[in-house]
Amino acid sequence: MRAINYAAPTMVEDAVRILRENGAGARIFAGGTDLIVQVRENTRDVDVMVDAKGIEELTRVEIGADGSVTLGAAVPCYQIAGDDAIVAAFPGLIDAAGIIGGTAIQGRASLGGNLCNSSPAADGIPALIVHGATANIAGPDGRRSVAVADFCTGPGTNVLAAGEMLVSLTIPALVPNSGAHYLRFTPRNEMDIAVVGAGAQVVLDGDTIVSARIALGAVAPTPMYAAAADEALAGQPATEESYEAAAAAAQNAATPITDMRGTADFRNHLVAVLTKRALRGAVERAKGGAVNGR
Amino acid sequence: MVAELVTGKTLVSTTINGEPVEFMCEPRESLLEVLRDTLRLTGSKEGCNNGNCGACSVILDGRLVNSCCVLGIEIAGSEVTTIEGLATADGLHSVQEAFLEGAALQCGICTPGFIVATKALLDKNPNPTETEIRYWLAGNLCRCTGYDKIVRAVQQAASGTGT
Ligand SMILES: Cc1cc2nc3c(=O)[nH]c(=O)nc-3n(C[C@H](O)[C@H](O)[C@H](O)COP(=O)(O)OP(=O)(O)OC[C@H]3O[C@@H](n4cnc5c(N)ncnc54)[C@H](O)[C@@H]3O)c2cc1C
Ligand code: FES
Ligand code: FES
Repeated sequence: MRAINYAAPTMVEDAVRILRENGAGARIFAGGTDLIVQVRENTRDVDVMVDAKGIEELTRVEIGADGSVTLGAAVPCYQIAGDDAIVAAFPGLIDAAGIIGGTAIQGRASLGGNLCNSSPAADGIPALIVHGATANIAGPDGRRSVAVADFCTGPGTNVLAAGEMLVSLTIPALVPNSGAHYLRFTPRNEMDIAVVGAGAQVVLDGDTIVSARIALGAVAPTPMYAAAADEALAGQPATEESYEAAAAAAQNAATPITDMRGTADFRNHLVAVLTKRALRGAVERAKGGAVNGR
Repeated sequence: MVAELVTGKTLVSTTINGEPVEFMCEPRESLLEVLRDTLRLTGSKEGCNNGNCGACSVILDGRLVNSCCVLGIEIAGSEVTTIEGLATADGLHSVQEAFLEGAALQCGICTPGFIVATKALLDKNPNPTETEIRYWLAGNLCRCTGYDKIVRAVQQAASGTGT
């Protein structure tokens, strides 16, 4: 790996100052499962790694009085998926946090890193989007928050300006009678990159869908919030016909490409299949049932 | 405290396999490089150097990690267990015994990683199901055995009924 400098600040303000002083070559370093590999393979120019794991605000998990959870940006997935309170409250988030890499990757990979790496195929991002999560950002001009749905701007790019860093992710409590589910298609069961990913959240009133959120991965330059699918579902009965309509709307919104993992046609097919499966799972959970044992 | 930039070779104090250890490393060196090239603990293997194969698996503060995706400088004050830390003066670790007895290896390059990963699994879950074993070990690749003998060896080690 090329020579780098290393910093291990303990305060967000110090990390922001180091980012600002060192310019574009300075990067926050959380689990390093993207960053170390990218620097080693020379796909990212980095001079300074700013280790976030010594900053308490980035490593803590806070459950709010309102049932929301705020995850420090550097909290590793193994800790999220092993936290009984988070698993019980947000099983649909665990669907994603629990499949990023294998055990040893989970030991390090954070959802904050997953978001800031901003891959179109990142598993964490569609799950965060359907949960209506907010990215809490710190920078030279203070703090601000951005909806995760608006965070990514292109493959590998996002709204973070020079000197800015992600501090935490806030996931609002699910309202009663709601549920969420995320799943992906990969040729292997584990340790693979999504050909397509799909997440859904629904709020039910009896058998009627009051509102829904659908998000897709790997079918656009960024993980994508498919608002048109939400519109197709609002006020509709929780039936296969409604899921079909939502799947068609999701297909319309998606702009998949052909690459080594799949053709655009195949991805288009998967969008429909996975949107329906995500909806069935979300409805199951909204009715109090379990998916994947959660 | 003002955070400093570490710019060159630095002294790192840590604990490896229960022993206090000090070494010098540059920020760019991975934990795997430090283990193999500086500390001569060559049991941890380099398969891919990008997080995909698990041959470099070590336990860092109780968590299974790929040492190729950890910086050496990060482990100051931590506790690391490598494959060298499993056997004692009295003999091999029960997981090592089970792999040997079950012939769960051929060329052996993946074996230290599998054994360390298995130890981490059994420390957390002494009675895993076959599915749990297969998911836990999904990040460890083996090009020789076809995995079945490895899974059987893990089951053997878990049941403590070494043949
Ligand atoms: C073998 C392997 C398997 C993988 N499998 C999957 C998978 O199944 N699904 C998936 O989605 N991904 C997968 N990944 C990719 C990676 O593990 C994830 O994206 C992970 O969530 C990244 O988190 P991290 O903490 O390691 O991030 P890092 O590597 O530390 O950081 C990633 C990027 O985000 C930036 N960054 C991190 N934190 C912040 C912050 N707080 N503020 C500003 N910028 C920040 C870094 O500078 C870097 O550019 C895999 C990687 C490997 C090596
Ligand atoms: S060498 Fe570290 S995972 Fe392959
Ligand atoms: S025994 Fe050869 S790779 Fe596993």
